[in-house]
Amino acid sequence: MTSLDDFRMETRAWLEENCPQDMRKTVTTESDICWGGRNWTFKSEAQQQWLERMAERGWTVPSWPKEYGGGGLNGDEAKILKEEMTRINAMSPLESFGIWMLGPALLKYGSHEQKLQHLPKIARGEIRWCQGYSEPGSGSDLASVQTKGVDMGDHFLVSGQKIWTSYADQADWIFALVRTEPDAKKHKGISFLLFDMTSEGVSTKPIRLISGSSPFCETFFDEVKVPMENVVDERGNGWTIAKYLLTHEREMVSNLDAIFGGSAGLYETAIDSIGLDETGRLDDPLLRADIGEFLIDEMALTAHLAAAKDFHRAGNQLGARSAELKYLGTELNKRRQSLVVQAGGLEALSGPEENNGIGNQSASWLRSKGNSIEGGTSEIMLSIISKAVLRLPSLG
Amino acid sequence: MELFSSEETLLKDSASGFMAENASVQALRDLRDQKEALGFNQELHKTLAEMGWFGMLLPENAGGYDFGHRAAGLVAEEMGRNLTASPFLSTAVLSAIALRQSGGDHLSEWGPKIAAGEAVIALAIDEGAKHNPSRIKATAEPDGNGFILNARKRAVFDGYNADRLIVVAKTGEDTGLFLVDPSAAEVAVERNAMLDSRNAANIQITNLHLDGKDLLCPLDKGAAVLEATLRSGRAIAASEQLGVAKEVAERTTEYLNERKQFGVPIGMFQALQHRMADLYCQIEQTASLISSALRAIDTTSDKAEALSRAAKAKVAKVSRVATEEAVQMHGGIGMTDEVDVGLFMKHDRVLTEMLGDSAHHIDFLLKTRGL
Repeated sequence: MTSLDDFRMETRAWLEENCPQDMRKTVTTESDICWGGRNWTFKSEAQQQWLERMAERGWTVPSWPKEYGGGGLNGDEAKILKEEMTRINAMSPLESFGIWMLGPALLKYGSHEQKLQHLPKIARGEIRWCQGYSEPGSGSDLASVQTKGVDMGDHFLVSGQKIWTSYADQADWIFALVRTEPDAKKHKGISFLLFDMTSEGVSTKPIRLISGSSPFCETFFDEVKVPMENVVDERGNGWTIAKYLLTHEREMVSNLDAIFGGSAGLYETAIDSIGLDETGRLDDPLLRADIGEFLIDEMALTAHLAAAKDFHRAGNQLGARSAELKYLGTELNKRRQSLVVQAGGLEALSGPEENNGIGNQSASWLRSKGNSIEGGTSEIMLSIISKAVLRLPSLG
Repeated sequence: MELFSSEETLLKDSASGFMAENASVQALRDLRDQKEALGFNQELHKTLAEMGWFGMLLPENAGGYDFGHRAAGLVAEEMGRNLTASPFLSTAVLSAIALRQSGGDHLSEWGPKIAAGEAVIALAIDEGAKHNPSRIKATAEPDGNGFILNARKRAVFDGYNADRLIVVAKTGEDTGLFLVDPSAAEVAVERNAMLDSRNAANIQITNLHLDGKDLLCPLDKGAAVLEATLRSGRAIAASEQLGVAKEVAERTTEYLNERKQFGVPIGMFQALQHRMADLYCQIEQTASLISSALRAIDTTSDKAEALSRAAKAKVAKVSRVATEEAVQMHGGIGMTDEVDVGLFMKHDRVLTEMLGDSAHHIDFLLKTRGL
C-alpha cells in the first residue's frame, strides 16, 4: 500500500463517520449552500456540524497551509478527498468568495500578519467576504476605477460607489479596488484594500435583474476609514492582484456547475412539450437541428473542461487560456437556456413575472444573458485570446 | 491544452518533421499537376510504411505495432496539416481494423502486407452521394457453399488499382464484409479523380461468385465488425481534418500579422481578431473532443461510438469555418491557386463527406438521446 492508498482509506473512514446523513445530497437550491459569516443562520444542525468538523481538519480549504487554517494537503491528497466526498455525495461544507478569491490572493500577495488575521476565519466560515471591483463607470475597462482613497497618514478615507457586489448586503468584509495614487498612471494607481462592511460610511442596496431578485448589490462608501495596514502587497499594486484573481474567477465560473452543468432538462423538455414523429425524431425538425448543434458542442466542451482539469492538475497554469474556457462555457450556457425556453414554448413563459425564482426556466434563461458579461465579457475574452494566445497586434 | 506523453511527443515530432520534408503541400501539387492516376505516390506509401505508420493499428502477430488510435490520430493530424496524400485511412485504418476485428487467416495474410506498405485495400461501402450504411443495397445471395455478389459502389477511396476491396453487402438482414479481388472479370473499376486530387473509384460488381472463405468474418458478426471499422475510421479522419483546421488557422493568423492595409497589420482590426479568437477556441475544444474519442476507442469505453460521431460532426463544422475564414482573410490572393488555402478547402470538403457529414452523425446522436 502506498501512503496515498492509506490516505484514501483514512479519509474514507473519517468521512463515513463524520459526514452527517443530511449533508449527503446534491445541492438543488441556493438555500442548501452554506456561506458562513457573522450573520449566518445554519439551515440545520447537520449543516453546522459538517462545517465545524471539516473546518477543524482544515478541509474546508484542503490545500491551504495548516498554519492558516487549511488542511495542508498536496495535489494528490486534495484530489482524493474530493473523490471520496463525491463517492458519498457529500455537499461542500462551505462556499465563499473568501475561499475562491481572497484566499488565493492573500496566499500569493498578503503579508504573514494579513494571512494570520484573515485566512483562518475564512476557513472556519466566520467571516464572509464580498468583492468590490466593478463601478458604474468601470465595466469592461475595470482599471478605470474611480473610488478613491485619500491618504490621511495612518489611514485612507475611502469614497465612491461599487456595483455588482454579490451578497454585499450579507457580507462581513470587502476586498476592493481603490484609487489611492491619484497622480500615478491608470493601472499603477490602484490599491487592493480590505475593510469591514460595518465600518461607518458603508451602505448597500440590492439590485433587481431582468430575471428577478439577485444577490447583486450597489455598494456606497462615504469617507470610510480604512487603516493603512489593510493594503495588500504594495500600494499601487492592486491591478496586478486583481488580474491574478480574475483568472481565478474565470476558472471558477467556467468550471462551476452553475454555469455549465447538466443539460438543464433541455432534452426532456423538448420531448415532453413537442413530442416525436413517426420515425421517433423530435416533431420539429428545425428545433431538432439546433439541439443537435448544441449537443455536439456540449460534448466538445465536456471533453475540453476535462482536458483543462488534467492540464491544470499536471502543474500547468491555465493563464490566458482561462479566457477560452470562460468564453466557451458561458456562450454555450446561453444557447442551452435559449433552447430550453424555445422547446418549452408558452409553457416555459407562463406564470407571473415576480414568481420567477431559481429553477424556473424563463428566469434561468434571462439570468444566463449575464453569463457572458460578468467576470469579463465575451468580447474582452476574445481580445485577451487575440493578444495573449494568438499574439495578434493590439492598439494598447 | 492537450497533454502528451514523452512517446507521444516523439511520435508527433517525427511525423511532423517527416511530412514537412517528404509529404508536404508541394508534394500534393506535384501529384495533381502530374495527374497521377492513383492519387498518391507509391514511393511515399512505402516510406510511410517504413516509418511504421501503416502497422500502427495492427496487432504484433499480424506484422503490426499495436500503437493504438491515439497514436494513429497524431500521425493523421500531421498528414492533415501537410495535405499528405496516401492510402493511410483506407488501408492502415479502415481495412486494418476490419481485418483485425475479424481475425483469422485474412488478417495473417494481409496484415503484414498492409504494415509493410505492400498492399492497398479499400473499403467499398458507400453507394450514393451521401454516406449511409443503413441503406446498403448491395447483395450477397447464398449460393451453395458461397455467395453471388452484386454491388454498385461509389466513392471507394483509394479503390482505383487497389489490391483488394472489402465490399459491404447484405445477405438478408445480415451484413457481410467480403474480400474481393478487383482483377476479377465481374468487377469493373472506374477511376474517379476527386476535387482534392485523390482517387475515389466507382465500382460495379455483377454476379461475382464468392467462396465462403472470402467472408472476413461470420455473417452474424458482420454488423459489429463494420461498426468498429467505421468508428475507428471516423475518429482518425477527424484527426486528419483537425490537422487541416489547425494548419489553415495558423497560416491565417500569420498572414494577419504580415499583411498591411491602411498602414497597419490587418491583425490589428478587432473585427478580424475576434473571429480568429473564436475559431481558435472552437479548434481547441474540438481537439479535446477528438482526443477523448481516440482514447475511448483504445480503452473500449462504451462512450466511443457517440464520441467518434460527435468528433467527426464537430470537426467538419469547425474546419469549414477555418478554411472559409482563411480564404476571406487572405482576400483576393486567397482565391488564387498560388496560395495553398484553396487546397486545404478542397481536401476539407472531401473529408467532411467521407464517412458521414455532420448532419448524418448528429441525427444518430439525437436518436440515441431519444429525440
